[in-house]
Amino acid sequence: MERVAIIGASMTRFGQRDAWVRELLAEAGAAALDDAGIDGDDLDHLYVSNMASGEFEGQTGVPNALAHDLAAQPAYTARIDQTSSSGGAGVYAAWQSVASGASDLTMLVGGEKMTHRTTAEATDVIASLTHPVEYKQGVTLPSFAGLTARLYLDTYDAPRESLGKVAVKNHKNGVDNSHAQFRKEVDLDTVLGSPIVADPLRLYDFCPITDGSAALVFCPESVAAEYVPEDEYAVISGIGGATDTHVVHERADPTTMGGVVDSSDIAYEMAGIGPDDVDVAELHDMFTILEFLQSEDLGFFEKGEGWKAVEEGVTDRDGELPINTSGGLKSKGHPLGASGVAQVYEIFEQVTGNAGPRQVEAETGLACNVGGFGNCVTTTILEGSQ
Amino acid sequence: MSEHEADDATGTDGEESSEEPTFEAAEYADGTVTYPPHTVSPNGAERVGTVDLREHGGRVLTWTTSTATPPGVREPNTLAIVEFEMGEEYDGPPVRALGQIAERAGEGENGSGETFDVDIGDRVEPVYADELREPGAGIREPESQEWDGFRFRPVEE
Repeated sequence: MERVAIIGASMTRFGQRDAWVRELLAEAGAAALDDAGIDGDDLDHLYVSNMASGEFEGQTGVPNALAHDLAAQPAYTARIDQTSSSGGAGVYAAWQSVASGASDLTMLVGGEKMTHRTTAEATDVIASLTHPVEYKQGVTLPSFAGLTARLYLDTYDAPRESLGKVAVKNHKNGVDNSHAQFRKEVDLDTVLGSPIVADPLRLYDFCPITDGSAALVFCPESVAAEYVPEDEYAVISGIGGATDTHVVHERADPTTMGGVVDSSDIAYEMAGIGPDDVDVAELHDMFTILEFLQSEDLGFFEKGEGWKAVEEGVTDRDGELPINTSGGLKSKGHPLGASGVAQVYEIFEQVTGNAGPRQVEAETGLACNVGGFGNCVTTTILEGSQ
Repeated sequence: MSEHEADDATGTDGEESSEEPTFEAAEYADGTVTYPPHTVSPNGAERVGTVDLREHGGRVLTWTTSTATPPGVREPNTLAIVEFEMGEEYDGPPVRALGQIAERAGEGENGSGETFDVDIGDRVEPVYADELREPGAGIREPESQEWDGFRFRPVEE
């Protein structure tokens, strides 16, 4: 199986944008082509990660639209929808296309346009992924976070403040990310004093609703240096995807995300490394509680100990294992289909030494993209080429 | 939910139906029980029958009150995951359900608007409601699923 390199990457500014989904995808796609030094018609495959452009905007057929906008015909196109993990699933599809030999040059563009909808409407579009017995009860993804956070705090005797410190950390990291939706620090009192959204979680425990797009270009590692200098590309050394139950209450331990455990096991095995070898990670902090769950289920910390790592500064940018140097979904924003791509973008920037003020010492980085409330997960491991 | 309905022995929340509703879980050949019912058990065993969860006690595993609810959903919406007591002989995976917490008795068609207080470990019982949220107000096609079901209310121990 051919090893796969990433030779180009881009992301738009995340936030409230005037652009619609086609324009967002084209903006990131054109920038990634430029970054890789190629043209649209050089591509064999073109994938779009997107959850719900039809539901949000009434725009379907986005991959073909993007191929048109970037003059990428006759590239094979497909839309990858795996809800909030569409981006990670797109990375998997793009990796697969090159690793299998089906494509010599693939681009993935993830994007979503959401902010023209009210919070209630956007929440309902996202909640439509739930099982009918959950949906009819009026459950939302934030509700699952509240249910799980209460159980986690009770089970592991963790203080409520520890969740707030995730928000404080990630907002601090986002200040140095020019693409982030929020570039403003918040203090713990602000987080803990913000309005309740899903008790015990409050407004600052949640990511915002966001417009944005991100893109990556993939080719075989064996030819990567023909496109970009050797220190400008990264290699996907491990990748894994997995699912957990559709119905959240059916999980044996609701504080464990089985999809994270299983997808990371696959990725670690492929890369020939373990969690201790990871230098930097981007986790799916759609809700602060998810950073605890993932950091434990990825094997970074013992079960029930993830909150202590945040309290002790282990996951700070200057800590032993920096988590969400980009600001995470919490600060950077969460345009559903773009998020998993933007996570890998951040790791790409870190392992190629191009993260600017956010740069940490990193040869190996990991991105974990979660769909639903842990329903579908993709874990990707990147290594710098140097 | 009216006071009468709150105290109703059949446990209804809202308009009563002529048929007594059941809280149906599926039982499989390997002895496991799931809610909701699946085509096969988690181990792949075929379905052999049903279990009415109204016949089993339940306790609150966790709960939340959501203040940002989708169209057609009450606001705030207090939800709990309830784990049912399936008996000493049952050794399958936990049988649980997610459900709204019922409203206290009071004025109005659906009760006082104030839900019962619950906490982790509290014993609860199911209460039938013929409409848990307004069909058609949200994105899901109204005809694609059922909208009645069970809420939970505390039981004194």
